[in-house]
Amino acid sequence: MTTEDIYAGSTETTDGKVFTVSGRDWDDIVEGLSGADGVEERVVVNMGPQHPSTHGVLRLILEIDGETVTEARCGIGYLHTGIEKNMEFRSWVQGTTFVTRMDYLSPFFNEATYCLGVERLLDIEDDIPEKANVMRVLLMELNRLSSHLVCIATGGMEIGALTVMTIGFRERELVLDLFELITGLRMNHAFIRPGGVAQDLPVGALDEIRAFIALMKKRLPEYAALCNANPIFKGRLEGVGHLDLAGCLALGLTGPVVRSTGYPWDLRKTEPYCGYEDYDFDVQTWDTSDSYGRFRVRLNEMWESLRIIEQAADRLAGLEGAPVMVADKKVAWPSQLAIGSDGMGNSLDHIRHIMGESMEGLIHHFKLVTEGFRVPPGQAYVPIESPRGELGAHVVSDGGTRPFRTHFRDPSFTNLQATSVMSEGGQVADVIVAIASIDPVMGGVDR
Amino acid sequence: MSDEDKTTGPDQSGPEDPQVPATTDPEVKTVGTRTGMFGARGTGDTSGFGGLVAPIVFPGAAQRPFGGWYDEVADALEPAFTAPWSVVVHRKEITFHVRREDLLAVMKLLRDDPQLRFELCTGVSGVHYPEDTGAELHAVYHLLSMTHNRRIRVEVSVPDSDPHLPSTIATYPTNDWHERETYDMFGIVFDGHPALTRILMPDDWPGHPQRKDYPLGGIPVEYKGGTIPPPDERRSYS
Repeated sequence: MTTEDIYAGSTETTDGKVFTVSGRDWDDIVEGLSGADGVEERVVVNMGPQHPSTHGVLRLILEIDGETVTEARCGIGYLHTGIEKNMEFRSWVQGTTFVTRMDYLSPFFNEATYCLGVERLLDIEDDIPEKANVMRVLLMELNRLSSHLVCIATGGMEIGALTVMTIGFRERELVLDLFELITGLRMNHAFIRPGGVAQDLPVGALDEIRAFIALMKKRLPEYAALCNANPIFKGRLEGVGHLDLAGCLALGLTGPVVRSTGYPWDLRKTEPYCGYEDYDFDVQTWDTSDSYGRFRVRLNEMWESLRIIEQAADRLAGLEGAPVMVADKKVAWPSQLAIGSDGMGNSLDHIRHIMGESMEGLIHHFKLVTEGFRVPPGQAYVPIESPRGELGAHVVSDGGTRPFRTHFRDPSFTNLQATSVMSEGGQVADVIVAIASIDPVMGGVDR
Repeated sequence: MSDEDKTTGPDQSGPEDPQVPATTDPEVKTVGTRTGMFGARGTGDTSGFGGLVAPIVFPGAAQRPFGGWYDEVADALEPAFTAPWSVVVHRKEITFHVRREDLLAVMKLLRDDPQLRFELCTGVSGVHYPEDTGAELHAVYHLLSMTHNRRIRVEVSVPDSDPHLPSTIATYPTNDWHERETYDMFGIVFDGHPALTRILMPDDWPGHPQRKDYPLGGIPVEYKGGTIPPPDERRSYS
């Protein structure tokens, strides 16, 4: 070492001399390494947890030999917020407000799998009104669109294709505008509730959705035109992050990764929920088992989502005024929401009813809102096909008004285990591509 | 993908529905009690019904026939059992309660037997039942057979005093991180796991946060002169 740096020096450990490097001339480091006797040339690079291309607070521990990655490990937990623990101290309905914040790019899927589990335990799966199911499907497919757009956008940004990023976020914003119109919020909606959805579709929403579909049909081809045959894009993605079907199943990978191996496994077809069996769509696959295949699967899935959104919008047009919450007053949230002069809240009609007309109505409202409903003891697991793969909530009840235990099997968490297999032996730059093709969302990984 | 490739996928007709409902063993397992007519604990119940005691009963073991394909799976799995086992069928989901000494054999058979073919294990989920004496910690495995489009659940319980389970990652490598998470959150030690370290909590964290005796924590929040206690110390209605 020719220069001394108080922040990055070398220390003697039992394993030998360890150099800490935090940005300086590479020649100095190499000299330091080769200068010492018997020092193994082992460079371990910590990438993240604060790094623009690690998809949030993911920490990668890479052992590199030149530009080649010899070992790759993930460090996770930087975004752990104890959501599963917190839910045990809130009512079943309040649980949706927590789960929506887990995988923040696909909030509706978290809410849906949780609510489906609670509904199975309540044994009201068959009582969910048709309109609630159609709205769930509509929101989930819009959400799949926005999630895939972010995946493609950030994935493009990480390999330097900034235009893909800007157009991806441009379209995603349109989806978030629709969410805002329907649920009142761009993210963290807590809109899908046990028993149905929180609120009916607002006036004019269907027109907005139809306008959005028409616009997306024009804009989606832009992604194909920009990327599909782009030699640089293909050069960076093709053959990178390879994982075949056997590897996927052993490591538990689902979603676009397994579909990119050519296996059309999609829970919307194999175990339909929320009435997916009534929609006409195809499972998209690719047969290259690499990052490029996953990109194409996502791109094609966006078209399928558009098809489903179109069908859902048509069905909603015929369901005007239909209930969106289960009829059982012991489960359904007692009030409907309405927009007042001071924002959204309980509808004035409902407040008049409980404050002026019915003492029993007031008691009922109070009991349901403060204590919540009871869920019979037992456990349920209703997985759904989230944009990233199989998302499921293991919901356990002890018969109380709070979840006894809720565990989320988040696809990001499981899929991230494939980082080592996908990137060891490749270049450092390919690690980024491989991870981007898994599309992990750290909010879901760490919960 | 061309059209003929699409037909090689899984059976996409949806899972078959076991029509015959399984009968339940009249003997049930109580894992706790609940007092009062309403949810409130402590001083909250002023109704006069505070003395009522109701047991918390989980769905009991089912008796044969379990119905539909449940029996096929149970028959195929039978050779792996050396210790007593039971089956719970609840809300059309089947749970195999397995002793820990059988766990590895069961998992291996579940994956390899052509009649079972549970290719995918979707992870381990821990549950802590502090009042289930002698079996406080449960590990729950959800398995999926893509070939037959079936889902089952395998549940193992261990006492708090001896929280050891064999690691299943030789059969299902996907359980690597899931077992680390269950260890982190519940303190179940998976013997044979190559690197059983904490995964979500910091390495030097004391305790296992998802256990029921671990407090939620939090700090009181002052708002407009009043102080709001942390969530687990607030007045509770349930």
